Formats: sequence, structure tokens, C-alpha cells
Amino acid sequence: MAQGVCVITEFREGAFRRVSFEIASEGRRLADELGEPLLALALGESIDALAADLGNYGVEKVYVVDDPNLKNYRAETYVPVAAEVLNNLDPKVILTPASVDGKDFSARLAARLGAGLATDCTELKVEGGSLKAKRPMYAGKAFAWYEWADGAWPQMASCRPNVMDCLAPDTSKKAEVEGAGVEVVAGTQTQVVNIEKDAGGKLDLTEAEVIVSGGRGMKGPENFAMLEELAKLLGAAVGASRSAVDSGWRPHSDQVGQTGKVVTPNLYIACGISGAIQHLAGMSSSKYIVAVNKDPEAPIFSKADYGVVEDLFQFMPALIEEVKTLKSTC
Amino acid sequence: MNIVVLLKQVPDTETKIRIGAGGKSIDTSDIKWIISPYDEYAVEAALRLQDSAGAKVTILSMGPERVVESIRTALAMGADHGVLVDDPASEGSDGLGKAKVLAAALGSMDFDLIFCGHRAVDDDENQVGIMVAELMSLPHLGLAVSIEVADGKVTIQRPIEGAKVTLEGTLPALVTFGGAHAIWNPRYASLPGIMKAKKKPLETKTLADLGLSAADVGAQGAKVKVTSMELPAERQAGRKLEGDTGEKAKELVRLLHEEAKVI
Ligand SMILES: Cc1cc2nc3c(=O)[nH]c(=O)nc-3n(C[C@H](O)[C@H](O)[C@H](O)COP(=O)(O)OP(=O)(O)OC[C@H]3O[C@@H](n4cnc5c(N)ncnc54)[C@H](O)[C@@H]3O)c2cc1C
Ligand SMILES: Nc1ncnc2c1ncn2[C@@H]1O[C@H](COP(=O)(O)O)[C@@H](O)[C@H]1O
Repeated sequence: MAQGVCVITEFREGAFRRVSFEIASEGRRLADELGEPLLALALGESIDALAADLGNYGVEKVYVVDDPNLKNYRAETYVPVAAEVLNNLDPKVILTPASVDGKDFSARLAARLGAGLATDCTELKVEGGSLKAKRPMYAGKAFAWYEWADGAWPQMASCRPNVMDCLAPDTSKKAEVEGAGVEVVAGTQTQVVNIEKDAGGKLDLTEAEVIVSGGRGMKGPENFAMLEELAKLLGAAVGASRSAVDSGWRPHSDQVGQTGKVVTPNLYIACGISGAIQHLAGMSSSKYIVAVNKDPEAPIFSKADYGVVEDLFQFMPALIEEVKTLKSTC
Repeated sequence: MNIVVLLKQVPDTETKIRIGAGGKSIDTSDIKWIISPYDEYAVEAALRLQDSAGAKVTILSMGPERVVESIRTALAMGADHGVLVDDPASEGSDGLGKAKVLAAALGSMDFDLIFCGHRAVDDDENQVGIMVAELMSLPHLGLAVSIEVADGKVTIQRPIEGAKVTLEGTLPALVTFGGAHAIWNPRYASLPGIMKAKKKPLETKTLADLGLSAADVGAQGAKVKVTSMELPAERQAGRKLEGDTGEKAKELVRLLHEEAKVI
């Protein structure tokens, strides 16, 4: 009989990634509603000593697989180990991170377990003892609610980072930690040849709380220095429209939209971006949107909480000065 | 070298999405159908290997008859051969169901590499290709923004949060494509290409041809299904700020700090 909610954490370079705490917090809420225990599966290298801290977010028991072969994520090493533990645990619900590696891991694990998977969920709830999951489709132009067929355990959902509320950590609570007792066999099908860090530990767009984005109106790559400066002041990431990427002004990883990153920051500042439907699809779920555009008819204004009809080359320097003033007084 | 590209037909990205009658899927009247953009990148990547190494490129798709047009487009771009699994019993498949159908079709094909999009831009499920890899015990190299094939190995670069990973895999392997239009810039079908495509082989298969039954896949076999759809709350246009440049900048900072509390 399937039992419990199990969250699978993501661990990189000696630390849990934040999304692990988000899904633990979400798992806690669901476990309470289901009247089930909250378990976690933690895979990684040198993860043992940190595993008990998952208790800060409501995890009761953590199954740990700590092995040097788990240093970098590789599906063929991670997935068989996780599947073996989960087949033994037989949880009702499995939550995973819908991070880049997490998406790969989740789909392979679901196929191996024969489980139904809802990817990149933004909202979860319990109804009649069963999970319901809401997830965006068409890059956020629509949402769908998913349900699992009767008896189709485990119900598996990967969760979009930065969307689900994270509990304030209660450091007095520790989780019970147990070795999962499975053997790790290093896969031979793939090798990580190299990992090159982005300059300055760049904040990823999908995990940024503030994004400053530029489009064709920026006129050239050199002018993005302005956006970089503002981003630095705000602790933000810099994004771009496809036009800016296609023009070679910005790296492809900066593209926001239906064929780029779909983002949900607290604040999205669109600078010299017209607001084509494919761009809007990728950023319309941002909490607040600011548009700076010299054309009062630009479609981006129909989505913007605060619209600024101005030449960006006049306005952005003024905005940067105001932000500096704000930062110096608080 | 043989490459099979998994291709899904999706609504044009220009489409304004409306919910259809029944509330569980979108209204597909008046939709223009296109090759999912990331699958188009996969086709382009395969054709580059056709150009450079003489790879033979097969397009594999599952879907209704209208998909023939998208397969013909890929053939016109330069692919050699098309296969469409067209069976009403496969409708309503979940991601795993779709992967089972595609894996069954791939089972009787010769390939060194399977290429596909990392996600289809309709349901954005991000799972079908990866599940095919798992079902067929193949390595998966995901989100490729570059690809090299040599000495029985495939090497890609994949961006992850804050870093770029170089990953190498043994053949046969499945590669999903990410990146942007600027990298893969899919070629257009030329007029001679379009003429030639009409004569290229395009087979149609049913579930029975693949040794599958309706109970394995389709709505019957689905472990997870959509029960309702909704549109996001229509965003209301907010206010346009007034005043000269300096006043607007001041006011914007005040609003973001005091009202929205986001800076
Ligand atoms: C299959 C497909 C997928 C696509 N996917 C994406 C995607 O993922 N993301 C994406 O962004 N696009 C995507 N697009 C492209 C999209 O349709 C638009 O072409 C693109 O978003 C336009 O970028 P833009 O707003 O920067 O440029 P433009 O539309 O050219 O707009 C530039 C804006 O800058 C303003 N401007 C100019 N000068 C100034 C100034 N000095 N001060 C202030 N404002 C100024 C102009 O008024 C204008 O509104 C896709 C298209 C297709 C066909
Ligand atoms: N019906 C289909 N026919 C062929 N390929 C598909 C189909 N559905 C999904 N795929 C492939 O799997 C990828 C991921 O799809 P998805 O999991 O739906 O986001 C797509 O980009 C396609 O390459």
C-alpha cells in the first residue's frame, strides 16, 4: 500500500539548491492534508552531514545516498538508485524540482517507475486523498489541471522553482537521517567532460526575483551595460527578447519567451521590447511588470503595471540615478 | 550515420489560445499548425550532419493526418524519409504513452542518434523524448546548444543554471535540443526541395503495426490526464506615469519600493 509523500532534493557543490526547500515546504503542506508522513530522498556527494537540516522545512525522515559518483548529475547513475529506493518506499506522491537537471531526472525516473508525471507544476492540491496539479501550457498562455488515474501510484509532480512558498526554516527541527542502503553504480553511457561557470556566478533567469530585459530598442550590445548596471543595483538578472538574441547582442540563454525561458520574477522590467505574443507568453506571470518604450501603442503596455513612455536612452540613466539614491538611503 | 528526428506538430506560436468545448483542451478551429520550434532545431542539427557527414535523416511523428504536412516540410528542408504513427486509439496518451508509441516505432528502425526538441511548445511537458531514452536504455544528452559526432561518441554543450556543461555520450544516443533560433537557425525549404519532398517516402503506421494495443497507450492507458483548463487572469494595463523624465523615474522608484515592494 503506497504511503507517504517523498520529495527528492537537488544538491550541487556542497549545498542543497533552494528549490529543494521549496518542494519540502510544499510537501509538508500536502503531507498534512493527506495525513501522511513527509520523507525525502537526498542524493549527492558529501550530503550526509547536511541532510538533517531538511527537518527545518518539515521533513520527518531523509533517506541519503552519499557517494562520490553522485558528484555531478548524470541520469544513468542517479535514476537507477532513486528508482530502487522509491520502489522500496512506495510513496503515494513524489515531488521533484523542475530545474534543468531535475526535469531530465524526473522524466527518466517516471518512465522507470511507470508513473504519471506532471512537469513544471506551479500549484498543487489534495482532493479526495489524491493529488491535483496545475501547470502552465503554451508557455503560460493557458493552465491545465492534471489528475492521476485511479490507483496510479506514485503520483509524480515536478515543481517549478521560485513559485512555491518556502517555509521559514525552523532550525530547532531536525530530520531523522538514514542511509538508503543501495549501491551506486557509476554509469558509463555519458561523461561530464567539463563544467564552465558563467562569469560572475550569473543569476539564472528562471530563479531570479528581478529581471531587467532589453529588446531591439536597445540598438546594440554595448547599450546593455545600462541594464547590467541597473541589474547589479537591484540584484537582478538580465534578459532579452529574441530580436536582441538573434542580433547577436545577447547570449541565447538570456532569451525570454515561448521559445526561450519562461520566467516568473517579482519584477520584470522590459526595456525597448514591443511585447510580441511569444515574448509576453514567457513573462506575463511576473508579479509586477514595468515597460519602458517610446511608442505609446506598444502592446507591452497592455500587460504593464507601470508604463513609461520615454526614450530609454534618456530614461534608463535617470532611473539608475533614482535607484542609487534609494539604495543609499535605506 | 542514421538519425531519427522526433517531430511534433503544434499550434503556431502566434496563436491566441482559447479553451475548447468540454474545457479539457484548446479550441483548435482556425489554428495554423507548425513544426514545434525546438523540433525544427533538431531537424536543422540533423541536416547539418547530413551536409557534413552524409547522415541519413528520418522524421518520426505521432499524430493525426494533418501532421503529414509538417513531415513534408521537414522532407522539403532535406530529410530523407518520413514515418507517421496515425491511430485514433493513441489519442489522449500521457507523456509515457507517447514515449511508448515512439519507442515501439523506433524499435524497428536503424539509428545511431535520435534527435528531438527538449519540449514541445504546446503542452510544454518536457518529458516525451527523455522517456523514450529511458524506455530504450539510451543515454540522453539534453538541451544541446552544440553537437559534435566522432569516433562512436556524441558531445554536446548544455546550459544549466549558472554554468555550461560539456557532456559526452556513447552511440546510440538520444539528444534533445534547446538553445535559440540564433544558434540553430533552421533552413527554409527551397522550391526544388519542396518538389523533391513530394516523391520522398512517407509511411503511415497504426498501433497494431507496432504491436501495441489501445489499452497500453491512449486515454485508456494514461496514468495522468488533463481534467480542466483555464486561461490566466487577463492582466490589466496599469497606469502610465506622468511628468518629465526625472519625475517619471522618481515616481517609478517610489511605486516599486512603496506600493509594489519589489525593490
Ligand atoms: C516561432 C517563433 C518563436 C518566437 N519566440 C520568441 C521568444 O521566445 N521570445 C521573444 O522575445 N520573441 C520570440 N519571437 C519573436 C517575436 O515574434 C518578436 O519578433 C520579438 O519578440 C520582438 O522583439 P523586440 O520586442 O525586441 O523587437 P521589436 O518588436 O522590434 O520592438 C522594439 C521596441 O523597441 C521600442 N524602441 C525602439 N527604440 C526605442 C528607444 N530609443 N526607447 C524606447 N523604446 C524604443 C520600439 O518602440 C519597439 O516597441 C518568436 C517568433 C517566432 C516566429
Ligand atoms: N506526438 C509526437 N510525435 C513525435 N514526437 C513527439 C511527440 N510528442 C512529443 N514528441 C517529442 O518529444 C519532445 C518533447 O515533447 P513534450 O514532452 O511533449 O514537451 C518534442 O519536442 C518532440 O521531439
